Amino acid sequence: MNSDANAAPLLQVKDLRAWYNESQALHGMNFDVRPGELVTLIGRNGAGKSTTLRSIMGIVRKRTGSICYEDEELIGKRTFQIARKGIAYCPEERAIFSLLNVGENLTLPPVLRQGGVPDSELLKQFPNLRERRKSRGTLLSGGEQQMLAIARILRTGSQFLLLDEPSEGLAPVVVKEIGQLILRLKAQGYTILLVEQNLQFARLVADRHIVIEHGAVVDTLSAEELVSDMGRVKNYLGV
Amino acid sequence: MFEHLSIQLIMGQLLIGLINGSFYAMLSLGLAIIFGLMNVVNFAHGAQYMLGAFAAWFLLTTFGVSYWGALVIAPIMVAIFGLIMERLILRPIQHLDHLYSLLATYAAVLIIEGLMRQQFGSSGMPYAPPLRGGVNLGFMFLPWYRLWVVLFSLLVCIGTWMLIERTKLGAYLRAATEKPDIVEAFGINVPRMISLTYAFGVGLAGLSGVLAAPIYQVSPSMGSNLMIVIFAVVVIGGMGSIVGAVLTGYLIGVVEGLTKVFYPEAANLVIFVIMIIVLVLRPNGLTSGRGTST
Repeated sequence: MNSDANAAPLLQVKDLRAWYNESQALHGMNFDVRPGELVTLIGRNGAGKSTTLRSIMGIVRKRTGSICYEDEELIGKRTFQIARKGIAYCPEERAIFSLLNVGENLTLPPVLRQGGVPDSELLKQFPNLRERRKSRGTLLSGGEQQMLAIARILRTGSQFLLLDEPSEGLAPVVVKEIGQLILRLKAQGYTILLVEQNLQFARLVADRHIVIEHGAVVDTLSAEELVSDMGRVKNYLGV
Repeated sequence: MFEHLSIQLIMGQLLIGLINGSFYAMLSLGLAIIFGLMNVVNFAHGAQYMLGAFAAWFLLTTFGVSYWGALVIAPIMVAIFGLIMERLILRPIQHLDHLYSLLATYAAVLIIEGLMRQQFGSSGMPYAPPLRGGVNLGFMFLPWYRLWVVLFSLLVCIGTWMLIERTKLGAYLRAATEKPDIVEAFGINVPRMISLTYAFGVGLAGLSGVLAAPIYQVSPSMGSNLMIVIFAVVVIGGMGSIVGAVLTGYLIGVVEGLTKVFYPEAANLVIFVIMIIVLVLRPNGLTSGRGTST
């Protein structure tokens, strides 16, 4: 399924401000994501990309403004209530539980709504995980841990995925695999908001790129613009 | 030096050690579960154990509820008390340093014990054992009730371990001890899970109190006398480690019992000597290598 440019936004973020204790991390974020779209948040380290995902998910509790998902306001809701609306989150550090084995990690998230990928199908799609399902989750390689982190949220039935730097710290061949997986998910109709610093990776998978600086959106580029105007993007990122 | 020793003496103290160890294991199990998930050092655990014993005594003397009925009802009453305590005292300060919850639960001990002392006095109340008689093992007489306490507590410890290690609910608990935010992001109501876990740990303390009522006097200070040892057990086993808490509970009970045979003067000290040695050699406890909750 491809995104429809005229479709009503699935997620609308307006004037989102967020704080870690007294320190303000987001200074009025405005953007939206349409159904079936794959949008990246790009920017320098500390720009507020991960905080944006954590704020949408309610993990950063102190936030103001508006986050509307399927016309429902998420500000004021607890993280588990937001997850039950159909939003799944895969954090940057992958958050594999060291006290659980691979199988337990994989089946930990509950099925929240219809359309979740059955466990048997997950194990078919991720054969490495099937082979190592009795091993401690943290004994997997970085790439396998990333696969596990993405695979487990697919069983919930959530159709909107927040993926935080899935390519970080991985070998190029594994990054390619992750990219193929994300494209497959997009083709299956998932809507994805992806935080990414790897421009090559972002270029290959995304429909649209939102550039963040100092906790605010400073530019939005289409997939074509990212390719044709790389100088502009590199200027933002300081690379 | 050991001419006073006899098999009866050794086995008798071993049994007393096992019985004490049963209480140590069950109480430190509850503490370990609470600490593992909430990072709360529940100083009120001893008071909650005492409330379990008083609840059994109250049910018997007021409503004529037998020991077997109290074994079910009293822990539920104490667990509900724990649920209220979690909501009113611990939840408002959960974002603060652990020290605040430690002080808050300690304050709760002073209030609960003070109120109970005011109401029931300091001298203990008797509670008749539900099982009379025993079996002569040749080298010692084993009362049925004490055998029941050892076996039942073992069953509770194994059951709790299996609940945590072998069920989906246990997987949620183990995961939430590591990364509660992520578990909540999976759609699991972690705040409610924390409340229920605290209530479960407190319920275990209440259950221990019911078991203890026929053995010890039911008195307001029965919990505080035990708590220092329980904290030592948890530290030796590894803070938050369930297996560590249970095994160390039984081990410490037996070591304490045997010390009474071989060197009675050191019986009250041996636990703390072990604690110091463990802290020096393995600061995270005996089971530190096995993760925080298993």
